[in-house]
Amino acid sequence: MLKYRKGEKNMIRTIQTKEISKIVEKLVIDTALYLRPDVLRFYKKAMQNETNEQAKFVLNNLIENAKLAKKNKVPYCQDTGMEIIYCEIGQDVHIAGGSLEKALNKGVQTASKKAYLRQSVVKDPIQRENTKTNTPALTHYKIVPGTKLKLSCIAKGFGSENKGQVKMLNPTASIQTIQDTILEIIENAGANACPPFLVGVGLGGTMDKACELAKEALLLPLGKRHKKIHLAQLENDLVKAANKLNIGPLGFGGKTTVMDIKIKEYATHIAGLPVAVNIGCHAVRTKTIIY
Amino acid sequence: MKPIKLTTPLTKTKIAGLKKGDLVLLSGTIYTARDQAHKKIYDAIQNKQIPPIPKGEIIYYTGPTPAKPGKIIGACGPTTSSRMDAFTPFLAAHGYPFSIGKGTRSSEVITALKKYHGIYFSALGGCGALYQTKVLTITCIAYPELLSEAVYKLEVKDFPLILIN
Repeated sequence: MLKYRKGEKNMIRTIQTKEISKIVEKLVIDTALYLRPDVLRFYKKAMQNETNEQAKFVLNNLIENAKLAKKNKVPYCQDTGMEIIYCEIGQDVHIAGGSLEKALNKGVQTASKKAYLRQSVVKDPIQRENTKTNTPALTHYKIVPGTKLKLSCIAKGFGSENKGQVKMLNPTASIQTIQDTILEIIENAGANACPPFLVGVGLGGTMDKACELAKEALLLPLGKRHKKIHLAQLENDLVKAANKLNIGPLGFGGKTTVMDIKIKEYATHIAGLPVAVNIGCHAVRTKTIIY
Repeated sequence: MKPIKLTTPLTKTKIAGLKKGDLVLLSGTIYTARDQAHKKIYDAIQNKQIPPIPKGEIIYYTGPTPAKPGKIIGACGPTTSSRMDAFTPFLAAHGYPFSIGKGTRSSEVITALKKYHGIYFSALGGCGALYQTKVLTITCIAYPELLSEAVYKLEVKDFPLILIN
C-alpha cells in the first residue's frame, strides 16, 4: 500500500472525526448485510465438492441466506456480534473534531440503529445490563508511516467466539504438537460454532499477543497462503487435516469443516510458544476501508 | 433426500416415524426462549408459578434482530443450544420436551429427551435472513424487558430443520 496520498509527502493531512464516524457506520452496516465475496465463492465451490446430503442442504441454504440478506437488507445472522474496530493511522494524519474513540463508537451506534442490528452488548459481565447501542466497541490503534487511514471491522458473533482458546506450549513443542493443539480446538468448536470455519491462528508473542494475532487473522482473504514457506506449509497441512474431521457444514458431516486457516506470527520468548485459535463462523464478517 | 413436512403441535404419531438426520420443514406455532428466558422459566416453575409458554409447545432458541418498519421480524436464526443444556432436562420433565437450536446437546439432555419422548431439531446456524422469510406472525408473550431475549410466539411456515436427537 502506498503510504502517502499524492502530493502529501512531508505534509499533515487533517481528517475530521465526523468523516471517520461515517466510514465506521458503512463498515458495520456492510459487514452485517453483505457476505464477504470470497466466502460466497467458497460456499459455491464447496457445494460441488460435497456428496453428503445434509452438507449440501446446508450449503444450499447458506447461499440462499446470503442472497436474501442482500435483497431484503437484513442481517444474515441475527447475532450481529460485538464490533471490533482496527485503526491504522498514518503518522502524518491529524485527527480533528473531537475524540477518535467517541467517533468510532458513534459510527457503531448509528449503524446499529439504521440497519436494525440486534442489541447484543451488556455493560458489565456480571450485572448484564444491555447498553442498547452495541457499544462500547473494541478498538485497536496502530500508528504507521504516511497520510492514510485504514479502518477494519470485525463483527464477532459469540457462537464462534465462545470456542476460541489459547494454549501456552513448551518452546520445544514439535510441529505435530502444534498441529494437534490447533485441531483439538477446532474439533471442540464442532457444530456449535457454525462451521465451515475461517480459523485464525496466532503463534508466538505473549498470551495476549497470540490472541490478538488470531483475531486479526480473520481479516485475511481466503485461499492466500502465508508468505513464509514453513507457515504456508503448516496452514496447508492444517486445512487438510481439519477437513478430514468430518464435522462438515453446521456439523452434520462432510468434507467442508474449514473454509481456511490463517496464521499470524510474532517473535516470542525462549521459554514459550503461545498458540491461540480464534474461530470465525461461516458467516465471518469483516471489511476494510482505506481512506 | 426430500424434506419431510411437519405441522405443530407435535404428537406421538407425528414424531414416531422420524429419525436422526431427517430434513424437516416445520409449520405452525413455536415459542422463542434463550439464556435469560430459560432462567426465568426455570425460576417460575420452581416457585410454582405458571410459565408463559403452554406445555407441549416447541421452544426455539433465538434472539432476533429488531424488525424494520413494515416487517414482522428481523433476522432470526438459531443460537447455540448447549448453553440451554443446564435447563433442558428440568423443562422436559415439566412439559417442554421439544426444542430447536443449533449444535450438540449434553448426554443429560439426550437421556431426558428419551425419557420424556422429546425431540431436538437443529435449525441452520447463521441463516437469520432465511428464517426471517419463514415467519408469518409474532407476538411478545413474556419478559419484554429482555429485548431480543424475550419470549415470542411465532407462527412459521416451512422452517428448515434437521432432526438431531
